[in-house]
Amino acid sequence: MTGRLRLAGWHLAVALLLIPLLYPIAWLAFASFKSGSEIVQSLALLPQEYILDNYRALSDDLAGVPVWQFFVNSTVVATGCAIANIASCSLAAYAFARLRFRLRGVLFAFTLATIMLPVHIITIPQYSLFQKLGMVDTFWPLILPKLLATDAFFIFLMVQFMRTIPRELDEAARLDGCGSIRIFRSVVLPLVRPALVTTAIFTFIWTWNDFFTQLIYLSSPENLTLPLALRLFIDTTDHNAFGPMLALSALAIVPILLFFAAFQRLLVEGFATSGLKG
Amino acid sequence: MTTVLERPRATSAASPPKRRYGERPSIAYLFLSPWAAGAVLLTLGPMLWLLYLSFTEYDLFTAPRWVGLDNYVRMLTVDPHFWNAVRATAKFVLISVPVQLVAALGVAILINRHSRMQGFYRSAFYAPSLLGASVSVALVWRVIFHDWIGHPDRALLALVLLAVWQFGAPMVIFLAGLQQIPQEYYDAAAVDGAGPWRAFLKITVPMLSPVIFFNLVLDTIRAFQVFTGAYVVSNGTGGPSDSTLFYTLYLYEKGFVEFKMGYASAMSWFLLLVIALITGLLFRTAKGWVFYSGDES
Repeated sequence: MTGRLRLAGWHLAVALLLIPLLYPIAWLAFASFKSGSEIVQSLALLPQEYILDNYRALSDDLAGVPVWQFFVNSTVVATGCAIANIASCSLAAYAFARLRFRLRGVLFAFTLATIMLPVHIITIPQYSLFQKLGMVDTFWPLILPKLLATDAFFIFLMVQFMRTIPRELDEAARLDGCGSIRIFRSVVLPLVRPALVTTAIFTFIWTWNDFFTQLIYLSSPENLTLPLALRLFIDTTDHNAFGPMLALSALAIVPILLFFAAFQRLLVEGFATSGLKG
Repeated sequence: MTTVLERPRATSAASPPKRRYGERPSIAYLFLSPWAAGAVLLTLGPMLWLLYLSFTEYDLFTAPRWVGLDNYVRMLTVDPHFWNAVRATAKFVLISVPVQLVAALGVAILINRHSRMQGFYRSAFYAPSLLGASVSVALVWRVIFHDWIGHPDRALLALVLLAVWQFGAPMVIFLAGLQQIPQEYYDAAAVDGAGPWRAFLKITVPMLSPVIFFNLVLDTIRAFQVFTGAYVVSNGTGGPSDSTLFYTLYLYEKGFVEFKMGYASAMSWFLLLVIALITGLLFRTAKGWVFYSGDES
């Protein structure tokens, strides 16, 4: 009996913590159906009156561009980055996990150190480089670094994963006459699929949310991504704009929530184990 | 007995496998080529270019002009906003990191219990970490805390809350760490009459210390980089009265609003040095309190 009571108490304690924690998200969802004046006046969860005007307003152009364009842009950038990261990081990870070359330990340590390097620090010289290449205000400065495996976190994640593959598998393939390229493609890649999926989804979500880099590189209205489109609302003091602002905010996090709902176990565990072996 | 405390990072670079098959090492370079190009062109090269730029006056459109230590001198001795930015960032890091880690550890201990619901709870606590960096959530914060953001102390507090709200990321790492502590240790402690608090101090903390250390280092570095929340909540100004002028925000303002790239480069190097110094100090203190299993003392 006391065991049951304790368990119920445990569920209750967890729920009491979760409610305030998830309140801002629930609030956003409901507030997107409130009128602008109600949004500023009360922090209550449920609207006094549900209206669809905020979502309807999104059919108007923003900065002369239809709102769906921002979704397309964000999708292109986030998908491009995800694919680029899978390709480049898995190549590098295979070399670090399985191949022999000079200075391997040093180079791997260098790669790990760059995980801790704040992106803001190298933004200025990178910007000046991309400016010289004529790539400012295109998606290239966002995607190209991923194609060149600069996201060391994912190299690390994949190396950890590849180390769990029994070496006998590679060796058997080698005895069958496979070279490293074959082994990578036919043995290693299929076995590290969970790590590839984790990489793809994390990259997608982090790029989808990323504000700083996109703010710096993208400026033409037709190139703006969702975070930048939302930024257009920041200056506004007009309460009537609050509704559409929150409607777009809500829509913008829907893909993240969907990915999370579908892959939560993979994401949480991928993230958790990366920390343990650090 | 001696306690061997390697830096945790170093353990990741395992010993190279023996060369059993006569494949040319050049194949490795093929696999490494995208990474190598990135390391040289997008990391190492830019760092050196940044160092050079920090000694120049540069607006992106005309060639950099050498000014020696000018930027550093102005930054450290003349510019009041620079020190405001340092102060705001220091306050933010010093408050948000410990609070977030304590919350993360507390919740990890709370939900570390056999239950079919554990996976669900873990995901629910983790969810804010995936959303917290988005402009959407920052805008929600702006509306919800709209009475606070006009007041210097409370504006910073709102941003601390936004950071603490995302404690799920270190929490899942703590939880994974907790699950690796053998239950027998606690059973033995209970037999010896140790209460939960003693068991926490004598078993959980030392066993978890590598994970605590890992989270402490990563969270500290992460806190130095917070940008979106401060930008959105303060409308890009860092106000009121520079209370939310985080270092990254001021860096952005100098570099990409005022196009004072030389000055911003000096700021970047300063940030790099500070982060390197703090990380170094943390690794130093680690020798006193971080224990790795396998080297029982």
